[in-house]
Amino acid sequence: MKFLNLIAVTVSALMVATVATAGSITVVSWGGAYTKSQVEAYHKPWAKKTGNTVVSEDYSGGLAEVKAQVESGNVTWDVVDVELSDALQGCDEGILEVIDPSTLPAAPDGTPATDDFMDGALQECAVGNIVWSTIYAYDKTKFDTAPTTMADFFDVEKFPGKRGMRKLGKAMLEMALMGDGVPASEVYDLLNTPAGVDRAFAKLDTIKDHVVWWEAGAQPPQLLADGEVTMTIVWNGRIFNAIAAEGQPFGLVWDGQVYDLDLFVIPKGSKNREAALDFIRFSTDTKRLADQASWINYGPVRNSSIPMIGTYHSDSSINMVDHMPTTEAALKNALQNDFMFWADNGEELNERFNAWLAK
Amino acid sequence: MLASQNNSNNEVLTNDGIPLKKKLSKSLFKSRLRAFGLVTPLLLLISLGFVFPILVFLTRGVYNDTFEKYMINLTPILAEWDGKTEPTEEMFEALVLDLVALKKSKNIGKVASRMNRELSGSRSLFTSSARKAKNLESPFKESLIQVKKKWGNLDTWRAMKVTSNSLTPVFLASALDMKYTADGTIVQKPEERRIHIKLFVRTLEISLIVVIAGLILGYPVAFLLASLPIRISNLLLILVLLPFWTSLLVRTTAWIAMLQGQGVLNDMFVVFGIATDEDRFTLIYNKAGTLISMTHILLPFMILPIYSVMKTIPPSYVRAAKSMGATSWTAFWRIYFPQTIPGIGAGAILVFILAISFYITPALIGGQDGTMISNFIDYHMRKSLNWSLAAAMGGVLLVIVLFLYWIYDRVVGIDNMKLG
Amino acid sequence: MLTINRVKVDLNVENNSFVRFQNVQKSYDGEVLVVKDLNLDIPKGEFLTMLGPSGSGKTTCLMMLAGFETATHGIISLNGNPINNIPPHKRGIGMVFQNYALFPHMTVSENLSFPLEVRGLTKTTREDKVRWALDMVQMSEFGNRRPAQLSGGQQQRIALARSLVFEPDLVLMDEPLGALDKQLREHMQYEIKHLHERLGVTVVYVTHDQSEALTMSDKVAVFNDGVIQQLASPPDLYERPENAFVAQFIGENNKIIAEVIEIKNSIISARTSKGNIIKGKKVNCGDIGSKTTLSIRPERINVGVKSENTSEAEILELIYIGDHIRCRMLVEGDKDFIVKVPNSSKIMNLKIGQKAKVSWSINDCRALDTLGE
Repeated sequence: MKFLNLIAVTVSALMVATVATAGSITVVSWGGAYTKSQVEAYHKPWAKKTGNTVVSEDYSGGLAEVKAQVESGNVTWDVVDVELSDALQGCDEGILEVIDPSTLPAAPDGTPATDDFMDGALQECAVGNIVWSTIYAYDKTKFDTAPTTMADFFDVEKFPGKRGMRKLGKAMLEMALMGDGVPASEVYDLLNTPAGVDRAFAKLDTIKDHVVWWEAGAQPPQLLADGEVTMTIVWNGRIFNAIAAEGQPFGLVWDGQVYDLDLFVIPKGSKNREAALDFIRFSTDTKRLADQASWINYGPVRNSSIPMIGTYHSDSSINMVDHMPTTEAALKNALQNDFMFWADNGEELNERFNAWLAK
Repeated sequence: MLASQNNSNNEVLTNDGIPLKKKLSKSLFKSRLRAFGLVTPLLLLISLGFVFPILVFLTRGVYNDTFEKYMINLTPILAEWDGKTEPTEEMFEALVLDLVALKKSKNIGKVASRMNRELSGSRSLFTSSARKAKNLESPFKESLIQVKKKWGNLDTWRAMKVTSNSLTPVFLASALDMKYTADGTIVQKPEERRIHIKLFVRTLEISLIVVIAGLILGYPVAFLLASLPIRISNLLLILVLLPFWTSLLVRTTAWIAMLQGQGVLNDMFVVFGIATDEDRFTLIYNKAGTLISMTHILLPFMILPIYSVMKTIPPSYVRAAKSMGATSWTAFWRIYFPQTIPGIGAGAILVFILAISFYITPALIGGQDGTMISNFIDYHMRKSLNWSLAAAMGGVLLVIVLFLYWIYDRVVGIDNMKLG
Repeated sequence: MLTINRVKVDLNVENNSFVRFQNVQKSYDGEVLVVKDLNLDIPKGEFLTMLGPSGSGKTTCLMMLAGFETATHGIISLNGNPINNIPPHKRGIGMVFQNYALFPHMTVSENLSFPLEVRGLTKTTREDKVRWALDMVQMSEFGNRRPAQLSGGQQQRIALARSLVFEPDLVLMDEPLGALDKQLREHMQYEIKHLHERLGVTVVYVTHDQSEALTMSDKVAVFNDGVIQQLASPPDLYERPENAFVAQFIGENNKIIAEVIEIKNSIISARTSKGNIIKGKKVNCGDIGSKTTLSIRPERINVGVKSENTSEAEILELIYIGDHIRCRMLVEGDKDFIVKVPNSSKIMNLKIGQKAKVSWSINDCRALDTLGE
């Protein structure tokens, strides 16, 4: 049996080497610790089960490449991990395959998939896999008293030092309002008014001179490690990885977190549509989603997965469930990203954000 | 009169009476054909793989038929509409017809995205209305406004009228921080949304500073290279060329390590007491960082043309000047320097053109005030997916560069440029 | 005891010494001397040519005089003043370069005006002098041209005019005619010579072309191996070479190697390898028993027995030149023995393969050193 396995591995390795064949799919994700968690929890077991191979590629988000592939008729990506707003926009533009949620496996207790997934995690063209969050983290060695609220991030008097922020309006404007004392539940109502937008920019103005802007998700933990900043906005999985895997002296604050969903989609015209669908069904079942959570602290979108979450893969003292963005403590003052708001206003707000940056 | 004859037009004729010119071009035709055959593969590659796609892409900056292509019923009616009177029931009916069709063909997202660029908030207006359009009954005006109040706004209809024109100046206007309105006028955008002009100016400014800094730093190096014995100068030339063998990304990253707050340069400043440990210089994620690293990266492009021109200047010129009584400075400034101008011209224009489209370095080091226009073209290409705006900005940049070429040609003369 | 090795400077220059090299040595690398102990006096107004093969040190001497190279040892003085430490632009020496070095970015007039400008002359003076200089080389029409628009000969004239426009007392010329074709070169030789005669400037001229040197110069200094081999007027140099190198280098020359067997009243007798005894003037040969190079000019040799020295000869080749016949012969074992036979009716008798006798006088046969043989 072992011998057969060896042959299977060798053969699949050869197949990877000889470009994508019928038994091979290309799964595209965000790279780094996140992709690693997917490789461990999804790709390897699926490849073992089906005998197919999975080619893993990295990208940095957005629909540009998918759009280009679909429009040129040369689709080389089979499964893409996208944000919620992109999943919806892509579906509206007809560049994604429709996925029937009734074909997804039910929970172990028999609850059908449509009831087991979180609200919004099942879309016409997309199946959710994780909840991730934009939070802020700080360098423990730089402060005597630890920051605890979103307001502390914007307080450079009390907590001196440079701040790392994402060079994009999304989530930064929401956090600015929360940092200005607006409760999470009122943020989007306020942002829908011109006065609310002005207020958010006014708050950002107060720390503009102290900000180092980042664009790729791998940058903020590095900025913290290099001492370039003392606090930074960061994706929760990345900073957890720096703390748990690299032992960095960083702390993180859940107050004012903005969480969002990541979903799997299939570009329209994928040559391996059936295999891609099978991969998505397999990967988003209760067990796999729970498995992934032991590699990175992004929350599974299936309710049935939560009780099955174990400990960190290399350190059994870290109980992963405590580090999820969806714990009660973390959700105390939390905001779910409003994709409709950003779909409608993203262009205008980003334009203003860029103009504000360049000022 | 044996070898050649003259006809009435004073044309030189060959012995058989055919004009000489004709005969000559005939005899040259074969060799020309062969020469053309040799360059044909490259010509095809360049025109099909480079020029043609660029031209096609640039047309996106003035032509976008998303609306016209999908809103087939509404578009002709909008063309008739004057943009001032209340929209008619006929217009609403056509709109509903189109929405139903688009929902079915799954193209509503395309139109919604296109509309949202014209009028913020239109995306959800279109997508949610399209979902309900199937069940709407006449009179469509009332029922549609019931679904979304915004349909009653004249601004929504005006935005649709602007968008329905496929050949449109909206993107060019937007690239220049202006807005094209339904009544055909172009107005400036509100102050807090103006950004492109500022970026074009900054891009030109950064490129110019990089050229000047490169000239100041590179000229003496080129002079040294040209005046040293060939064995030593070849060695130094390798040092100048060394960065070419390292990827741009690696060099940029190396500058991050050099310039950052806890970086090599700042550590040295602290050691020498130029800066205190708490108050270090901000050399990165700003314009200073962009300038420093771009100057370094582009320096070889300045040094090499100047060096190759300097190498062709024999030492006898300066000697001659000195023998005539010129001091070293006069000999340099009046005799040597003017002869290096072709090299300076070539180096400057090379660096300038490369700098104006620099992208990776300002993206990584630029921070908020060190980014350039190319970073925004990239942003619209990859993030906002507003390819039309990206094409328009690229077109504006191209026009600026061509204009500067023209100025350069008038002032310095393009043929007065020498790469070696 | 401390010995200070100093060159004695004779500041009381003899009235005819304008340029003076005293014990000048030059080395570029500290190992080889390219100029070995040079002593040379050039009187005012003289046209002196430094002649020699490339690498003989002649250009180095010129550059030291111009100030572009420094002398490693010794003193160079101009008009009685040592100029070793004076920078080139203060020496006031005009110079014409091998490739003219006309400034390509200036017009002809601007080129000529440049030395006047750096001297701070007024515009009108400058214009007058430029006109004068252009007239002098018959180039008045070309003031507004650029050097690139001129032919080689025209460029040469402009370069000449430029070196003279500020009226220097000394003009240096570094192979100025090297780039011209033969006819133009000969023409320019006369022009330069006439200019020199008219203006009375001192000229130091460097060339490796011996006919050029003989045509133009008052005095020629023949350089070889960093040493002046002979300094003499052109006739002396040709008629009375003092060593084998000069005899070889200047004009055509037949040489016969022989062993000295007798010296009497500065006439030597020498035995050739064929056993023939030849007499010649003692110039630069060793004592009895040493080898000597016997040097005879081809035009001084007669076919037939007419002079003191005779030798057997065989005609190998005949070349018709016009005014004379070049006749290559086998004489004393030398297959390249050249005899110039004047064009007269008797040449009809000469045939290839013919055996004959050749002869030359004692006075035309100079016994010199054996150059490295």
